[in-house]
Amino acid sequence: MTPKVELRNVVKAFDDKVVLRDVDLEVDPHEVVCLIGSSGSGKSTLLKCVNLLVDIDDGDILLDGNVITDGSVNPNDVRQKMGIVFQAFNLFPHMTVLDNIILAPTKVHGVDQAAARDRAAELLEQFGLLDKIEEYPDRLSGGQQQRVAVVRALATRPGLMLFDEVTSALDPELVAEVLGVIKGLKEDGMTMIIATHEMGFARDVADEVCFLDSGVILEQGPPQQIFKNPQQARTRQFLQRIMDAGRL
Amino acid sequence: MTFPPDDVKSPGLWPSGRFRRSGKRQLREEGARSALIAAGSTVIFFGLVVWWILSSEFWPAVQKQFFNPENFAEAWPDVVGDISLGFKSSFPFIDFQGSGFWLNIYMFLIAEVLILIFALILAMIRALRGPAFFPLRALVIVFIDLIRGVPIILLILLLGFGVPALQLPGVPRSELFWGVTTLVISYSAYTAEVYRAGIESVHESQRMSARSLGLTQFKALRYVIVPQAIRNVIPALLNGFVSLQKDVALVFVLGIREAVREAGIYTAATFNYTSYIAATVLFLLVSVPVARFTDWYTERDRRRRQAVGAA
Repeated sequence: MTPKVELRNVVKAFDDKVVLRDVDLEVDPHEVVCLIGSSGSGKSTLLKCVNLLVDIDDGDILLDGNVITDGSVNPNDVRQKMGIVFQAFNLFPHMTVLDNIILAPTKVHGVDQAAARDRAAELLEQFGLLDKIEEYPDRLSGGQQQRVAVVRALATRPGLMLFDEVTSALDPELVAEVLGVIKGLKEDGMTMIIATHEMGFARDVADEVCFLDSGVILEQGPPQQIFKNPQQARTRQFLQRIMDAGRL
Repeated sequence: MTFPPDDVKSPGLWPSGRFRRSGKRQLREEGARSALIAAGSTVIFFGLVVWWILSSEFWPAVQKQFFNPENFAEAWPDVVGDISLGFKSSFPFIDFQGSGFWLNIYMFLIAEVLILIFALILAMIRALRGPAFFPLRALVIVFIDLIRGVPIILLILLLGFGVPALQLPGVPRSELFWGVTTLVISYSAYTAEVYRAGIESVHESQRMSARSLGLTQFKALRYVIVPQAIRNVIPALLNGFVSLQKDVALVFVLGIREAVREAGIYTAATFNYTSYIAATVLFLLVSVPVARFTDWYTERDRRRRQAVGAA
């Protein structure tokens, strides 16, 4: 159910701009890995590569020991095993909260309408959004929309969740409610890869923190080590800037 | 007492309610005044134009040729046509027996439904990505380019006279069938481009989001992209309705006895053009309300979007 993810020498370039160079990463079942680093360091691209939304140029990505990036695997099958939440929520504005959530279960996984509804209601209740079930996304606050996006990704019971800077577009007072949801998922044992600018959150929730710089994982280790005792000058510089900005 | 008083909000000291009411009344009075001025100037302006036309020395000749009430009354029944004969058989409604303007409306309705469906299929094929779909995409692009590059009247002549002349077994020979088919082919090419503009107006992140949930390309289009795309292009589609409603008349060249043909027959017999004016009136009766509706809908949609944007 909860898969193991491996990246081996993954390379990705957009035209001649190299975004990921020889990235190696292993994520064990139930492990939470946080990706930190400045904008443009390759965090989002890495997540989109795992989800096959972006084709890699070299290397392999493996899911449970099987290569998923050699073209032999149907991307839709891979995507059905994982959920991704984006910075900009990307809810479907022409559908109610409920329809957003049950779209993939009913149209992709063949779950019948009633069962999908029950599952949606259960998740919404868990996240305190049951009263919004018939609302349209534009009637919700940013934090509520992002929590609905998390529910939508969870509705298909994925074993792996990818979070792409999910709080970056939120007003500061709405950040906590979304981070709280992710912390809850960690307690449930969800495997997660989280790209984030929230250093305090990364320190609390991560089993492993990766510092990305210009498409390279420059430093990797448990949060105590990365935040208290970084080995690389670039990591120290990055964290210093974050601290100067009062974000750590 | 100072003016304005410090505690304007206090209902006891300052009768703000009465002030609001009188403000509204003032607004209403101003609105009524503008409406009166607009009405007055309109009456005067058009009154002058009509007086100028009617007092012209050429008017009697013009009226006799184009606006003769007797000729109008005489031509009207044929131009409007007959709907009482209806269909020989019911589904799929291809053997309509009516004539005149009723036949125009029938052709318009049938063609419009088929165009909306066929054009959407074309646009969705064109929106598919990936090398596997290249042949299909290329086919659609070539079709759209070719059809848009040929005058519609030429297509009507080619298909309406040309195909029946081949006398191929199993191929319909009815002018009505080929007239409507040509309209569908031609308008589908344009309407597909309208849909395409709509599909491209939906942000790329919506497609990415749908795909990330495991939806196939087709399902992402069907459930996520196209519903939003259509909403974005409804005004453009309604414009297409108005345009098609008029272009239906072009099939008169095939000898189909729709309104323009009937009017032409009357003119040929009497050398009087009032029958064309009768046909004109009928087309306006349909297209002007649709045009007004399009404007009303576009404005309402614009306001709604702004309201959402502000919220």
